[in-house]
Amino acid sequence: MLDGILVGLSTAASPLNILMVAVGCFAGTFIGMLPGLGPISAIALMIPITYGFDPATGLILMAGVYYGAIFGGSTSSILINAPGVAGTVATAFDGYPLAKQGHAGKALAIAAYSSFSGGTIAAIFLLIAAPSLAVVSLAFQSTDYFALMVLGLTAVAAFAGRGKVLKALLMTVLGLMLSTVGTDQTLGMQRFTFGMLDLIDGISFLLLAMATFALSEALMSVLKPKTAADIQREKEANANLGSMKLSSAEVKDIAPVVGRSSILGFLVGVLPGAGATIASFLAYGMEQRLAGPDKGKEFGKGSIRGLAAPETANNAACSGSFVPLLTLGIPGSGTTAIMLGALISYGIQPGPRLFVENPEVFWSVIISMYLGNVILLVLNLPLIPYIARVLALPHTVLVPLILFFSLIGVYFVSFNTFDIQLMVIFAIAAVVLRLLDMPMAPMLLGFILGGMMEENLRRALIINNDSWSFLWERPLTLSILVIAALVLVAPMISPLIGRSLAGRREDAGEGG
Amino acid sequence: MKTISRRGLVAVATALGLSLGASAHAADIDSIHFLIPGGAGGGWDGTARGTGEALTKAGIVGQASYENMSGGGGGKAIAHLIEIADKADDTLMVNSTPIVIRSLQKVFPQSFRDLTPVAGTIGDYAALVVGKDSQIQDFAGLAEAFKSDPTKVSIGGGSVAGSMDHIVAAMIMKSAGGTPTDVKYVPYDAGGKAMAGLLSGEIMALSTGFGEAIDLAKQDQVRILCVTAPKRLDIAADVPTCDEAGAPGAEFVNWRGFFGPPGLSAEKREAYQAAFAKMYDTPEWEAVRTRNGWVDIYNPGDDFTAFLEKQEQEIGGLMKELGFL
Repeated sequence: MLDGILVGLSTAASPLNILMVAVGCFAGTFIGMLPGLGPISAIALMIPITYGFDPATGLILMAGVYYGAIFGGSTSSILINAPGVAGTVATAFDGYPLAKQGHAGKALAIAAYSSFSGGTIAAIFLLIAAPSLAVVSLAFQSTDYFALMVLGLTAVAAFAGRGKVLKALLMTVLGLMLSTVGTDQTLGMQRFTFGMLDLIDGISFLLLAMATFALSEALMSVLKPKTAADIQREKEANANLGSMKLSSAEVKDIAPVVGRSSILGFLVGVLPGAGATIASFLAYGMEQRLAGPDKGKEFGKGSIRGLAAPETANNAACSGSFVPLLTLGIPGSGTTAIMLGALISYGIQPGPRLFVENPEVFWSVIISMYLGNVILLVLNLPLIPYIARVLALPHTVLVPLILFFSLIGVYFVSFNTFDIQLMVIFAIAAVVLRLLDMPMAPMLLGFILGGMMEENLRRALIINNDSWSFLWERPLTLSILVIAALVLVAPMISPLIGRSLAGRREDAGEGG
Repeated sequence: MKTISRRGLVAVATALGLSLGASAHAADIDSIHFLIPGGAGGGWDGTARGTGEALTKAGIVGQASYENMSGGGGGKAIAHLIEIADKADDTLMVNSTPIVIRSLQKVFPQSFRDLTPVAGTIGDYAALVVGKDSQIQDFAGLAEAFKSDPTKVSIGGGSVAGSMDHIVAAMIMKSAGGTPTDVKYVPYDAGGKAMAGLLSGEIMALSTGFGEAIDLAKQDQVRILCVTAPKRLDIAADVPTCDEAGAPGAEFVNWRGFFGPPGLSAEKREAYQAAFAKMYDTPEWEAVRTRNGWVDIYNPGDDFTAFLEKQEQEIGGLMKELGFL
């Protein structure tokens, strides 16, 4: 294995491959920044370029584009509330409020540092354990994925602040309902398509996210005219828009978050049925719980922990997804499926023997990830003050720009004009809901997880001949469900326990 | 204003195409516009772009352009091609077996009859596979397990129930003397996830494309029980056909091919067919074909239409039997 790593190192360190890492990262970041265009489009664009290369170089380039796009996707989430990639939706939850409060530079810097740490820590895991992690990829069956989605859904609680529990739940249900539109993935039945051809494939996640986040935000800013005080406050906030300064207290605050989210994100990424989006939600939910009642309340309102957690996790998951791709030949996402196709076209079949037969490909890609993450950081940090200035644009320019990029971004994925009409309808509905003070994030969470939850549950039921016993008979499924139950119940019980503990301590104190 | 600029563009494009064509040698066809009913990076996308690449590089076609139009399981693009028929004789739409299945399912109201079938160009056979550690050693073993207790034999696939992978599994089991409606089909939303399901041990067997199966078989991850080809394939001579393995007559090919708009002139249609026929012998096509692991199945004109009719009948009958129609 050490020999292989050395071969990989010498391959990765060749000038051409270093150049390709840089090119890939640059192209990926740029494409990722455009709302709507994600890693799939970016890699599909790159494929014709990679034909002439040798396999290691081609894969290094594509990998660079992939994590570059995830890296860049956070920019539009933070600045204009327009997640360019599904994996960066959770980034918008706290990143955008931070930017609105005038901390755009800081938010972008935190996102960059978190992405860098997540990507690098995950690359270390890959280097020491990639071949043996194949077992983990195959450990999860449909029943376990179902349980994992249930656990993910508990992150909704993060948005259920005081007096908002009912609203958050309502919006989650709305998201779950929207996820059922289209051809059902089990029996092929059409549901809620109203006979419309365009609804057969269901509602695209990106479309829903852009409509309810970016478009509705832009429309809201037009609807709510600003008072003089608002303008004054905004001016002050914009004064240090580009500042990237983090206090040492803040660094200390997010360091453990980054550590935990890297591990969680990487492990979720290794599972072929999960991926960066699930990883970011799980990390967000987990950190909200761990932050305690006081700091947990800041989540969704501009918490730096709430920004660091999903940003770390999505990059770690992106690296983790190379485990099933390289060691099993199984793509967990559309993006890795394209990379698999490209690898096979080079005459290389990823699988358990890849790191023995083609060590230069296997290890050089992993090693190139270290370099890639450094390049991304170096590339992005100096640009942040300038990119953050986007927010200083007058509203009359910024709002049309947001509308334009959001619409065009979604259109460029499907080339279907119906999508634009649907987006406008959703955006208007979202504005109405927001005026009623309904949170949008739980709806998206329900939408993403709902589809996968249903699919895995129904698959599990088919396999088990319609018996529900797998819920308690399979230890992994049961464990995850128990954790989910604890996560939900703990906050209700903990004040009680806390009170009784405090009471006991007082007793003890008196006794002593 | 709009028409002028568009006309200008066409003029520029034509000039460019002509000059390109002239610099190499005169192309047989000036240009082809490929309509792709799915998004970038999918199977249809790869087929159209790969074919276009070979055709242009070999100088058979002057230039190729591509348009992705996803939606409605391909129905959007079909409707579009019919709508623009009278000004689209340079447009070819790529499609495959699902056009037959989805039209039977009434996903879209049209069928291949509403278009002009030009040629089937490539194909992939289907295969049944099990994990390398599976207790099932060969197809006979699977058929036996299925006949003794079908509820214990879960067969997965990377598409919804009632679609290609399911139909193939049911067809093989029927040929082997089992009841096709007893097949416990487990759908996954993508081939990769179905393969992960097989390797994780949650399903017993997987119905998938042979091209995908052979890659994993080479890595000793799966064992191919049988392939739905009429005779054994050179690249995997030790894999029996389903016919010889105990499912007599179980043959199936997932073809990919091209369709013109309705009312395409016979002259134009023949020109396209001649272009495809010429393409197969070029090194440019050979490069594209091996890169993608495609199998040449040239099936032009009326033969193609007859093949489609036969496939529609076979699949339709099986789908009725399975209760999907």
